[in-house]
Amino acid sequence: MNDLTELFNKLFVNFNYIVAATLFVIGLYTVIAKSNLIKKFMGLNIIETSVFLFIVSSGAIVGGKAPIIGEGVSSKTAFVNPIPQALILTGIVVAMSTTAVALSLMIKLYEQCGTLNADKLKELK
Amino acid sequence: MIEFSQHCPVLMTITLIIGGALTPIVSISRKKFSFWWAFFVSLLAFFFCSCAVWRLYTMGPISYWLSGWEPPYGIEVYFDYVSTITFLMTALGILVIVYSKRYILHDISEEKLPTYYTLVLLILGGMVGFSVTGDMFNLYVFLEILSLSGYALIAITEEKLNAMASFKYLVMGSVSSVSVLLGVALLYNVTGTLNMADIALRLQQFGPTTAVYVALVLFIIGFSVKAALFPVHAWLPDAHALAPSPVSALLSGLVIKIGIVGMLRVLYCVYKLGGPVDFTSVTNFMGWLAAVTVLVGAFFAFFQDDIKMIFAYSSISNIGYILMGISLVSFTQPERGYLGMMGGLVHVFNHAIIKSTLFLCAGALIYKTGFRKLSDLRGIGKKMPITCGVLTIAALSIAGIPPTAGFICKWYIILGTIEFGKPIFAVALLLGAMLVFAYYIKIINALFFREPNESITEVDEAPLSMLVPIIILAIGCLVMGIFAYLPLAVIRPAAATMLGLPSTYLPLGG
Repeated sequence: MNDLTELFNKLFVNFNYIVAATLFVIGLYTVIAKSNLIKKFMGLNIIETSVFLFIVSSGAIVGGKAPIIGEGVSSKTAFVNPIPQALILTGIVVAMSTTAVALSLMIKLYEQCGTLNADKLKELK
Repeated sequence: MIEFSQHCPVLMTITLIIGGALTPIVSISRKKFSFWWAFFVSLLAFFFCSCAVWRLYTMGPISYWLSGWEPPYGIEVYFDYVSTITFLMTALGILVIVYSKRYILHDISEEKLPTYYTLVLLILGGMVGFSVTGDMFNLYVFLEILSLSGYALIAITEEKLNAMASFKYLVMGSVSSVSVLLGVALLYNVTGTLNMADIALRLQQFGPTTAVYVALVLFIIGFSVKAALFPVHAWLPDAHALAPSPVSALLSGLVIKIGIVGMLRVLYCVYKLGGPVDFTSVTNFMGWLAAVTVLVGAFFAFFQDDIKMIFAYSSISNIGYILMGISLVSFTQPERGYLGMMGGLVHVFNHAIIKSTLFLCAGALIYKTGFRKLSDLRGIGKKMPITCGVLTIAALSIAGIPPTAGFICKWYIILGTIEFGKPIFAVALLLGAMLVFAYYIKIINALFFREPNESITEVDEAPLSMLVPIIILAIGCLVMGIFAYLPLAVIRPAAATMLGLPSTYLPLGG
């Protein structure tokens, strides 16, 4: 029984990781199972978001301050790690560019083939 | 000169990326000027790269701190022996750009020229940056720069299936990039740093936790997709065969090698042989996958009629050879992996030269005849003797016939498998080599010895701007084979440092 409470405690403390993992799996399912290419790509975006959530939340501290030394913040007080946030800012830019490229590809695909359904596109080939 | 060469690794990356970004602006009034601009930028990058390589071989690896911040706090650019592949990248970049001058107007309209050259320079910049960075997150960023330019380059023509091939590559590529990012994040969470050398140091302290193993597996998955290892190779044939030929040369010659460089960096620079994490179970598994990859690639290539499709499948097969070479490592006795590592690294170089020759020759044939099937191209050898002659040299090279480039690396890899005590791998590799030989004989036979196709009687030799790059590359194929000690001498320190041996290491009798 004690083990179980401990497990639940651990799960509760790390619930941000659980949310990230769930989102990752939802995204992966969408990429694999959906036949519409736009939906497939939205699944990819969900995967990316889950990774971003994982990274950002790993740098966060409850009640942490911005890491700028000034009033009320010294090197001794708890502050949020800024590096994951900087990384994810870059990551979001990259994800946005990937989305832009993918959507323009899909416009081209639709103009050329008249459908965005993966199964129908396979038949066209 | 010494002071200047210190800055070269970062200068060549910046030159290519900024040069690429400026291409549409400088060619705003005359679209054709974009060629000369791209040519100039790639020459400049090649010059910087030569300086950096010169310094590497006279004074050892270059560690450059961006804006003077000392690593691990700042970003480090680290030019070591593996980074010599940038020399190949910039040199091939120049040849591909020269080749594109005439060829690319066959595939795209003049309006799109600046876009095309921008993307070529960006893909080169991404690859160069990827190979010289010493920072895990930059690895991810450069991976995305080169992948995004790659997707766009495949879809740049108006052909019907290109967008589909590009989209397939994009989905696979995005999943692989995300898994690399997740790996970086896990390593950062464990060690609290992003600098590769620093991660290697701190891993000693933290030991092999589960997160470290998971990160390793994520890296391997991510880079396997980029390198087109067997179960995740399905995107490659369409993407490489349908892209415009110079782009195919870049993708097949260099971009798939990025996966290999990434694996080398992660396995042998971050995790390190003899380090806290014993990853030989992973590399053993990779060895088996590589053996399957060699056979699968060679097998499917055999049934293709489209000449570029054959080359694309053959790329899969050759990636198998390279991965086999670099995965034959023993955790406690690094010397045992030496031969395989040598072979794998030399094959990275040789395959890049050979495969780009093949794709550029195929491009010349397609440019002149408009056909891409072997059955339509039959008998073309008499009309285009230079192109087909070069294609024959490259085909013999990739089949591994002795005086050409392909022989020495396959020889080393097979010796490596026997030295490592895995003769079954040698059998797979030899079987693959025989299949490769069979289908390249098929190509040579179709080009020279079959009855000419009536509809191609009017064809003459390809223009000079296309012949010069392929002849230079063919000379490269021969030189790398006949003077095989040259590439071996260049690669030797890289192989030794990857295995954690001193860079001057020589095996007994070697």
